Amino acid sequence: MSKIRRKFVVPGDLIVRGDYKPVANVYREGNSIYSLKVGLSEIEGRRVRVIPLSGRYAPRVNDVVVGIITDINPYAWTVDINSFFSAFLPATDVFGKRFSPERDDLTSRLKLKDVILAQIISFDRSKDPMLSAQGPRLGPIRGGHLVKISPVKVPRLIGRKGSMTRMIEEATGTRIIIGQNGYVVINGPPEKIPLAIKSIEMVEAEAHLAGLTENIQNFLSKSLGRKIESEKFDGE
Amino acid sequence: MTELIDKNNLRVDGRKLDELRPIKMQVGILKNADGSAYIEWGKNKIIAGVYGPKECHPKHMALPDRALLKCRYHMAPFSVDERKSPQPSRREIELSKIIREALSPAILLEEFPRTAIEIYIEVLQSDGGSRVASITAASAALADAGIPMKDLVVGCAVGKIDGKIVADLSDIEDKEGEVDLPVACMPNLNSVTLLQSDGPLSKEEFKKAFKLALDKCRYVYDIQRKALLEGYLAKTKEA
Repeated sequence: MSKIRRKFVVPGDLIVRGDYKPVANVYREGNSIYSLKVGLSEIEGRRVRVIPLSGRYAPRVNDVVVGIITDINPYAWTVDINSFFSAFLPATDVFGKRFSPERDDLTSRLKLKDVILAQIISFDRSKDPMLSAQGPRLGPIRGGHLVKISPVKVPRLIGRKGSMTRMIEEATGTRIIIGQNGYVVINGPPEKIPLAIKSIEMVEAEAHLAGLTENIQNFLSKSLGRKIESEKFDGE
Repeated sequence: MTELIDKNNLRVDGRKLDELRPIKMQVGILKNADGSAYIEWGKNKIIAGVYGPKECHPKHMALPDRALLKCRYHMAPFSVDERKSPQPSRREIELSKIIREALSPAILLEEFPRTAIEIYIEVLQSDGGSRVASITAASAALADAGIPMKDLVVGCAVGKIDGKIVADLSDIEDKEGEVDLPVACMPNLNSVTLLQSDGPLSKEEFKKAFKLALDKCRYVYDIQRKALLEGYLAKTKEA
């Protein structure tokens, strides 16, 4: 694997000159690649990107998000997905093709303030994001504790192949549902939830630091008074 | 007329001709805004807060191809010697417009069609050169909000007092002097986004003043960049 070089950058900073490929949060001007955001620049082989340290959630098709129902009309639910657009969940998605606004009552399935796990199935510059709640794991989330974290920190909370989430889940005996949009739902015995929240908040606060996994591992081990194992990957 | 430069070439506050007032900057000071920055530039004390991108209200103002940039420059009633009426004055409306226009070339507005980005600038204490200080703070606040920008925008005013070109006019120098020439630029892209002048300069004087302004913008840029860096390192320490 090629070596990854990281550096703190602000908008307009020159990251690299030469034959490189801009991947995310960077732009090319002539032969040079500059940063668009405050973050950590990363050069991996020929690919250049910036991992942002702040910012809102930008919807992307196929993302799985946690949403909160904010409005109901006869044909669709409006869903807050922590972004600059509200998403909508069409009634036909939940009731099926036979849906009829005269016969079917949307509130019988999802009420205001209900929380759902849904996938963004379409979104572009001219249309608001459309959700679907059909699919494995998708649908209403009944019960649990909702935590909001910064969407840019979500990848760190998931960790490599879900390792960070799994470590917190196993240590605290909870189930954690993460939306790409930064909404997180924790399920489990009430007495276990505060520790899970604390760990998630710690991941959010220390997301841009090296040794995050060890820090969380030590924190959990100390809080629980037993050793917590983390998954090891090659090259870490 | 007041003498603004003494025989030792020092100005009323003891500065050299090309010396700036002390500048202090901090980023991320407001919890509720998406991004924020605070700047102290001489006696100026200014807070900038940014929201967005967010849904545009009223909806009819939304633009189909890019984000709408809203900017409000406002002076607190206690920011000047005599109470200032809190309602937006002619000057504040003008400054809101020119600050918006100075910042918009840096922001990738076309990435967020149908949305709005709101910048609120609150002048707590005013001294000369508050527009360039506001631009500097607002662009740091935009970066703090995670809004994609091609470059940071920094400003610095230069001017002519007692026939000499000087950097960074204070309030009295602005009022008594001959020319105030505020400049804002994107230092890495080498482009100017604001250039105003309220008096006559010869071609040579303008060249000299403009070069001085760009040099000083570079200096302010370093302070601004450092503030952003420290803002994120501070968050690290809190944790």
